[in-house]
Amino acid sequence: MSKTPLDTVEHAAATPDVELPWAELGLKKDEYERVVEILGRRPTGAELAMYSVMWSEHCSYKSSKVHLRQFGEKAPESDALLVGIGENAGVVDVGQGYAVTFKVESHNHPSYVEPYQGAATGVGGIVRDIIAMGARPVAVVDPLRFGAADHPDTKRVLPGVVAGIGGYGNCLGLPNIGGEVVFDACYQGNPLVNAGAIGVMRHEDIHLAKASGAGNKVILYGARTGGDGIGGASILASETFDDAKPSKRPAVQVGDPFQEKLLIECTLEAFAEKLVVGIQDLGAAGLSCATSELASNGSGGMSVTLDDVPLRDSTLSPEEILMSESQERMCAVVEPDKVDRFLEICDKWDVIATVIGEVTDGDRLEIFWHGEKIVDVDPRTVAHDGPVYERPYARPSWQDELQADDANKLPRPATGEELKDQVLKLVGSPNQASKQWITQQYDHFVQGNTVLAQPEDSGMIRIDEASGLGVAIATDGNGRYAKLDPYTGAQLALAEAYRNVATTGAKPLAVSDCLNFGSPEDPAVMWQFAEAVRGLADGCKQLGTPVTGGNVSLYNQTGEAAIHPTPVVAVLGVIDDVARRTPVAFQEEGQLLYLLGDTREEFGGSAWSQVIHDHLGGLPPKVDLERERLLGEILISASRDGMIDSAHDLSDGGLIQAVVESALLGGKGARLVVPDGLDAFTFLFSESAGRAVVAVPRSEEVRFNDMCGARGLPVTRIGVVDGDTVEVQGEFSLPLADLREAHEGTIPALLA
Amino acid sequence: MTARIGVVTFPGSLDDRDTQRAIRVAGAEPVALWHKDKDLKQVDAVVLCGGFSYGDYLRAGAIARFSPVMDTVIDQAKAGLPVLGICNGFQILTEAHLLPGGMLGNDHLHFICRDQKLRVENADTAWTTDYEAGQEIHIPLKNMDGRYVADQRTLDELEAEGRVAFRYLGFNPNGSLNDIAGITNAAGNVVGLMPHPEHAVESLIGTGRTDGLPFFTSILKKLVNA
Amino acid sequence: MARVVVDVMLKPEILDPQGQAVQRALPRLGFEGISDVRQGKRFELEVDGPVDEAALARIHDLAESFLANTVIEDFTVRVEEVAEAAK
Repeated sequence: MSKTPLDTVEHAAATPDVELPWAELGLKKDEYERVVEILGRRPTGAELAMYSVMWSEHCSYKSSKVHLRQFGEKAPESDALLVGIGENAGVVDVGQGYAVTFKVESHNHPSYVEPYQGAATGVGGIVRDIIAMGARPVAVVDPLRFGAADHPDTKRVLPGVVAGIGGYGNCLGLPNIGGEVVFDACYQGNPLVNAGAIGVMRHEDIHLAKASGAGNKVILYGARTGGDGIGGASILASETFDDAKPSKRPAVQVGDPFQEKLLIECTLEAFAEKLVVGIQDLGAAGLSCATSELASNGSGGMSVTLDDVPLRDSTLSPEEILMSESQERMCAVVEPDKVDRFLEICDKWDVIATVIGEVTDGDRLEIFWHGEKIVDVDPRTVAHDGPVYERPYARPSWQDELQADDANKLPRPATGEELKDQVLKLVGSPNQASKQWITQQYDHFVQGNTVLAQPEDSGMIRIDEASGLGVAIATDGNGRYAKLDPYTGAQLALAEAYRNVATTGAKPLAVSDCLNFGSPEDPAVMWQFAEAVRGLADGCKQLGTPVTGGNVSLYNQTGEAAIHPTPVVAVLGVIDDVARRTPVAFQEEGQLLYLLGDTREEFGGSAWSQVIHDHLGGLPPKVDLERERLLGEILISASRDGMIDSAHDLSDGGLIQAVVESALLGGKGARLVVPDGLDAFTFLFSESAGRAVVAVPRSEEVRFNDMCGARGLPVTRIGVVDGDTVEVQGEFSLPLADLREAHEGTIPALLA
Repeated sequence: MTARIGVVTFPGSLDDRDTQRAIRVAGAEPVALWHKDKDLKQVDAVVLCGGFSYGDYLRAGAIARFSPVMDTVIDQAKAGLPVLGICNGFQILTEAHLLPGGMLGNDHLHFICRDQKLRVENADTAWTTDYEAGQEIHIPLKNMDGRYVADQRTLDELEAEGRVAFRYLGFNPNGSLNDIAGITNAAGNVVGLMPHPEHAVESLIGTGRTDGLPFFTSILKKLVNA
Repeated sequence: MARVVVDVMLKPEILDPQGQAVQRALPRLGFEGISDVRQGKRFELEVDGPVDEAALARIHDLAESFLANTVIEDFTVRVEEVAEAAK
């Protein structure tokens, strides 16, 4: 067996004609030529590994960047934003000296290949992003989308994903307080597994990913580095450089939540003692990303000795070490006189920690292996100067036809009996059914601060025991709406998440997003993406809630078929005293039910059109963000002043879905009256936005009506909390027991 | 005067801070104990809290049971120190043979998190005097390995001696034999249970019930009156 | 160098839902004629030096006190010769 010589910088300069496998690593020819131009020579294998992974779509946002700029350009004035787009996660001021960081990321492709580990490592990655900001993680949320509920492969993917999220998150001690579960055939070969996390810190504890101060040490700590997730880099190692290697290494990463829990505790202890100058987690692109980002965001350069990286597999090549995506690792920059203490804390928590390099005076990132220099680059060119594409986009030819296929013209139920049947079908359909079978596999209670968790409209966590200060988070997305009109669909997702936060009594402050789309090389998909981003940026500007960061996931498709465009929007809110929160469940019989907002004939993309007619066409509901803001203000005031004691936002499934959920959660029925000017069908099933149902104690009726009247919000009395049936006067009456059976039996029957 | 109640943190413990809060809410003084430290800091009682010590690797509680702190806990428990094991703490107590039987994976193979109805069967232990025998309470339950098993002779003994302290009502969430949710040793100073009383001490938080608080007020009264 | 294998199984009288889940899946996968499945754990201990009776006795103690919980589990200890890894 002959060993090819180490591809050092010197060797690369001397052998300009050596062919490197840039295409196999996913680089385009012009991208490779750009690397050669930047370096003034051909890259070494290690350098090529770094550029190829950092310039990938996933790390560089090369297709989406030109559109994402709008989030900055259109950002509303906000005092709340402490750290904006570009860091590991945005940071929001929530008052009383507290700051909150939150983010949602996708782990779609890995979760299809290996549902348990894919989903588990998704949770691990987002939690490390939160710790890297200096915050203690306090909650997670998981927006999930799967193929058809009755498809055999859903029974493989969903239980694995749910067990993975639970297995990892539960073991970290993070309450899972929200998220979504949606079924649609478009996600059959490409489930969406988005993972969100929230962290809390004091303002002065915010940490950033930067390496400054020459002489400061770079410490790698956490798990040993193994051959996880380096399918690409192994090409460099095996086929070009060393034929004795296995030709491909597995792309699946395996998570160790116990290691991550130790990493959380040891990192927070190091923060508390102010030992850390800069910090970065190791996620996609592993050490390549961490070293180049830390170095490029700081003031100096960096020198790293790769031989010092603790390995799980001693056969790894330097290229593989740079690209390994082994989980549960972090990189800290620490002043020399604090290194001992930092290592001591790691030792206390049984976490392996190793000095692998230091910050240097220059502006180069230099990496050494066996005493030879194998990387010598300007880190900015790796981390920030990746290619930017203005991909062509065009409104698809089928869009007009889709919108012309008007859902408002579908046959409607003609009798009370038909209405009743359709209500039962709706509340028992997989998308509208109770997700308890799933959410009860997640710990909601750990940390002892959970005020609200799913199926509430938003998850809510107390962050200060003395004052009762709390934060709320809701995530929403509706791919059906976005397919009909991506601009409006993105705004509807924003409006719903905003409304969900306000419904629980919290004031919406900031937005994060996870944008799931098909291939950017398809102009129709690129148009959907461009429209959705434009819609979201415009919407955030109007609502005064800045986008603090986010994640883009492209190439979500099976063969030629893209998923529905699925922008998932997370809204973070703050509540001064969690004692004032408003739950979904009906609390007391006799209370009056009010519908807030306007109800129109809007059935395009609705749950009703899907469940009853298997139809997707027409236009999604109209968006009126000023109305959303007014509705939010009313809900927050009413909660603060004790005028309502239950509230539920209206979204997919319309009013009847919301009333049934409140009734089942509270164990109390409702008598409803169809208001003047509306027919029973539209009243029950319309999905007009900007609406909520609230329960008002009789003693507050006048005050509540006066407030709505004074502020100009349409308000309609629609019934009363009463009995053990849901009754629509003159139409039908359904016992709670029947509704419960339909609503709670569906998911276990399909999946258990 | 008040009592000092220790809460042990093992690597992977999750509910240590929550348990300390519950002790505070009850009016006692929580004392943090560290698994590598044999010293119990002269506490009057110890809680082994919930979580996944050592990731539940090998068996839930099996590795934590051999921590330095457990040497002292085992010795002192045998001499009468009140010890409460919650969830992972219960698992550690069975692994340490301070309580009989063992814990295995839930029969349905899933993690389960729910507000669980229980009946208090024994209100005479160090941790349960503020309940009444037969009282029905709701306490959050959340575990992967909550299935209590023991051989028939041990079960008969537990039943005959009134050492089943808590029983699941209405729904057995994990396949535990005899619907056992918690047990006590013969002396009544060592109690273990799967549900989490520390998550039911504040009216706004979690399920909004405070049915778990009597665990902590029971021990406080006992220690203060001692 | 020798390898000692410790197999740990749930005691026969204890319910093994994982094994049952595997067994229930077998007919679906076309495997017939398997009436019961029980799932256990296998530990491979690489021992430096000779595996004599004293070493085996120590491993037996280790298995009894740590690798298995004898309240619910049985175990067996056996020596397995390790073939020299092909270079």
